[in-house]
Amino acid sequence: MSLAIDYAPPGKRLRQQTSRDDRVKLGFMAVIGLYLIVALGAPLFVMLSKSLSTYRFDLAAFEFQVSDETGKTWADAVTAEALNRDLGVVTEKDLATNSDGRLAATKFFPEFNFRSPVHYRIRGTADGAAFLVGSTLEKGIEWREYDSATFRRVVLRPASTFGIENFKTYFSTPALARSIYNSVLMASISTVVTVSIAFALAYALTRSCMPLKGLFRGILTIPILVPSLLPGIALVYLFGNQGVFKDWLLGYSIYGPIGIVIGSVFFTLPHAFLIILTALSVADARHYEAAASLKASKWRTFTTVTVPGARYGLVSAAFVVFTLVITDFGLPKVIGGQYGMLAVDIYKQVIGQQNFEMGAVVSVILLVPAVLAFVVDRRMQKRQVALLSARAVPYAPKPSGRRDSLCFAFSCLVSLFVLGMIAMCQIAALVKFWPYDLTLTTKNFAFDLMDGGGWAAYANSIKLALLTAIFGSVIVFAGAYMVEKADGFRLGRGVFHFLAMMPMAVPGMVLGLAYIFFFNNPANPLSSIYGTMTILVVCTVTHFYTVAHLTALTALKQMDPEFESVGASLKQPFHRLFFRVTLPVCLPAILNIGIYLFVNAMTTVSAVVFLYSTDTKLASVAVLNMDDAGDIAPAAAMGMMIFYTNVVAKLLHAAVSRGLLTRTQAWR
Amino acid sequence: MRHALSIEPTPTSIPRAADQANIPSPPYLEIRDLWKSYGDFTALRDISLDIGKGEFVCFLGPSGCGKTTLLRAIAGLDLQSHGMIRQGGRDISILPASKRDYGIVFQSYALFPNLTIEQNIAFGLENTGRPKAEVAGRVAELLETVGLPAQAKKYPAQLSGGQQQRIALARAIAISPGLLLLDEPLSALDAKVRVHLRHEIKALQRKLGVTTIMVTHDQEEALAMADRIVVMNHGVIEQVGSPTEIYRHPTTLFVADFIGETNKFPARVLPDGQVEIGHSAFSCPTDGLAAGDAATAVVRPVDIIPHGADAHAVHSLDRPATPQNLIDAQVHEMEFLGMFWRTRLSAPRLGDQALVADFSVNAVRRLRIETGGVIQVEIPRERLLLYPRGA
Ligand SMILES: Nc1ncnc2c1ncn2[C@@H]1O[C@H](COP(=O)(O)OP(=O)(O)O)[C@@H](O)[C@H]1O
Ligand SMILES: [Mg+2]
Repeated sequence: MSLAIDYAPPGKRLRQQTSRDDRVKLGFMAVIGLYLIVALGAPLFVMLSKSLSTYRFDLAAFEFQVSDETGKTWADAVTAEALNRDLGVVTEKDLATNSDGRLAATKFFPEFNFRSPVHYRIRGTADGAAFLVGSTLEKGIEWREYDSATFRRVVLRPASTFGIENFKTYFSTPALARSIYNSVLMASISTVVTVSIAFALAYALTRSCMPLKGLFRGILTIPILVPSLLPGIALVYLFGNQGVFKDWLLGYSIYGPIGIVIGSVFFTLPHAFLIILTALSVADARHYEAAASLKASKWRTFTTVTVPGARYGLVSAAFVVFTLVITDFGLPKVIGGQYGMLAVDIYKQVIGQQNFEMGAVVSVILLVPAVLAFVVDRRMQKRQVALLSARAVPYAPKPSGRRDSLCFAFSCLVSLFVLGMIAMCQIAALVKFWPYDLTLTTKNFAFDLMDGGGWAAYANSIKLALLTAIFGSVIVFAGAYMVEKADGFRLGRGVFHFLAMMPMAVPGMVLGLAYIFFFNNPANPLSSIYGTMTILVVCTVTHFYTVAHLTALTALKQMDPEFESVGASLKQPFHRLFFRVTLPVCLPAILNIGIYLFVNAMTTVSAVVFLYSTDTKLASVAVLNMDDAGDIAPAAAMGMMIFYTNVVAKLLHAAVSRGLLTRTQAWR
Repeated sequence: MRHALSIEPTPTSIPRAADQANIPSPPYLEIRDLWKSYGDFTALRDISLDIGKGEFVCFLGPSGCGKTTLLRAIAGLDLQSHGMIRQGGRDISILPASKRDYGIVFQSYALFPNLTIEQNIAFGLENTGRPKAEVAGRVAELLETVGLPAQAKKYPAQLSGGQQQRIALARAIAISPGLLLLDEPLSALDAKVRVHLRHEIKALQRKLGVTTIMVTHDQEEALAMADRIVVMNHGVIEQVGSPTEIYRHPTTLFVADFIGETNKFPARVLPDGQVEIGHSAFSCPTDGLAAGDAATAVVRPVDIIPHGADAHAVHSLDRPATPQNLIDAQVHEMEFLGMFWRTRLSAPRLGDQALVADFSVNAVRRLRIETGGVIQVEIPRERLLLYPRGA
């Protein structure tokens, strides 16, 4: 009968005296947390509020008085609304505007002449009413008097209201709303195709004894190294109006859904392949032995052991592919033709029509599937942990002639597809005019002769990639360290981790647009970084934060959690343990983060396309712009430059990793 | 979990324990009214404990009873929710771990994998203003102490588990801490290495005279190594005492059951001071229990004496001339365990429950005890322990 005392004694819970280490860690966490808030939270919030802001000229909010020729005697005050009722100069449709809307006050005075001695007075009937005189903003209900020459420069500003008006407009515009359907359809089809192919490939690599596995593995990861624009360009050359294989499409055009799906399969394949490969690699040989001892048929073993074992990998891969396709901008921009896709709509609204509010609306809509896919995927991943922690015996396949040759043939076919696309771009970049004049030339690499930024853009890209890799690795690793190793500050760490996971769900176009809203605002003290390399680095680090964060977290989780306890018991400051143990042990992971950020910074288009300035044009954006301008061969050439650079970076990374490993990690 | 018979894990229990362990006053480590909760779950409940300077104390209890939690509270790694801890007269209750004075060793060794053995041991010595030569000398001395002088340049992964744990120990004592904390240091090792290292740790502790707390769930380990054992269960201290005291005089049924083997029988206290087990009355000390109380009677297999044998001469000294609690029993099973025979007996007077008894090889031979045979056994009065039912 333990009815003994079962309650804690009265009094407050004890709190540990803070040490210097705690304060330093807290400081660090605050700094990096602040970074994520400024680089992610705040811009997204501003964008969200923009999507809900509607701008409209409120004519009832302005009152005028007009004097006679002497400028002394004044007529009765009259609102703009009343004037318009008589004159009908501004229609209902013209009243709806955007945040930049301006309406000349002289419109309401048909007899206005800027040389006349007549004076005008204007005031707001409410505090919020604002108007500009030249570039000076005036507000309030005080009468202000201007001569005719000045009154000519008075323009009314719209009032902003909060509401879902923009969304109503969006959904009542069929051309726009149809993109939702298109995007979901394209993403779904691409997901099914890519995941099927990726699964077959991963199966071939893990469950067969076919030769050249390492080579296939290498070839299949190539698409990661090129911008998603590149498969688009390759498809244009292969199946476009002058394409050699145009007839294969039986009269259908490559510009549109067909091109989008083929290109999407190309650039999402490595992602799905690597995820499923990992899932299949951890398969437990004991299950196969059990199946064999039960005399299960091959098909039965496949459906009851192989597929369920890779279940989480398949689901995870499906979500990744779906998100990549639905948020991708480069490929549909090049090959999509008139087929409306959400990510391209954002670009068109913002760059083409300067309609920022509508861009924000499309962004919010694009956020929905991306966030959904993200949330569901995270849920599934949590459950997978148990599966992985079981003590498994690695499975070693036995040779089987028919299966092995089938696997080999399929892997060859897919490799051919991947290499074919790259080869097409390579050839196009090197010849005068595909497919009519195949003489070799370097003229397509004379980027300085075209629009798009020239070689300077390429240099900028390298600079961006290096800065992103260096600063990104530091920020990401420090942040992950705080999340994993700082004890206490439970709430702070939770919020931080949440912020770090968010970028995965935020499409690049959305992030880029959010940055425009947030940083291109004179009231923001950080607006000075707008248009500089800094904002590109910040944006790119943030865009690719999550995967890097998870990599760092995994590496840190593999370390004995008692290292910190030992360090404290030996009275060593945390930074000594960090630099002597944590950092060296995690160095391979940090290098992986670095190369990941580098490669992505080289290839990304979506976020930065809104943020580059004339001084900070980028290679990937140059590919887009040259393609847009019809310089397709130079676009392919620039795309190949990105590819070469990434290959070199990968090789360097491999060499450096190996060197460091043998030198500093003799213990492994 | 407390009842009338238990020694309260409060200061009242300390003087008794202190007498046996010769704790010099004041104690080196004092823990007072310590609580720890994780949300709604109370992991430690009202813990009070004193530990003398130079003592070797074991926290013993089943997995999940809060041993590690208590150790980590002492180390400042997981702060207690309430309660005071004083070490060497200094209140350390809320000090961060780095401001306390202890060395710690974990089950996982927690050696830094990228540093050599030498660098691992020197980790706490560098950065303290000591000259390099002095640090190197101290490291060499420590390696000598733990018997691994030739391994200085190797990496932890190149050593065996036992060797790694010795290095962890060397690293912990390198800074000459006032208190050594060991959290299941031997649990990850092979049985043989474990027994060997047990002696080494004990010898080292004696040589250094460092106050040591070791957490373990292995009673054998605790009995062999500790000056004093703190038996814990469900976040409370059940009993504190020397190994023999804990073994001989368990104050709660839990302790009796957890340490060593036991026979347990439902029992009832009779008006004449005897107890009823099965269908008969047995003579037994009934302090603290009233007639009619339901109880659990406990007797250890080794304490059961086959009648006529005087193999247990030590015990027979304080036994009344005429044996009490004599019962007839039939031998059902006999298992030879090397040092002794373990037998399963059935005794009609005990009801239908089996009685497990351990008999010396000698006694079995002399009394010709064999499977199927009937013998008389004695349950010595002072070895029959009684605990209130339900406790
Ligand atoms: N961080 C924690 N959060 C919640 N419960 C915990 C935590 N740490 C320990 N516990 C719980 O406290 C109890 C005691 O744990 P512990 O002290 O590790 O037991 P042991 O005696 O095996 O060392 C266990 O039931 C455990 O589940
Ligand atoms: Mg424990």
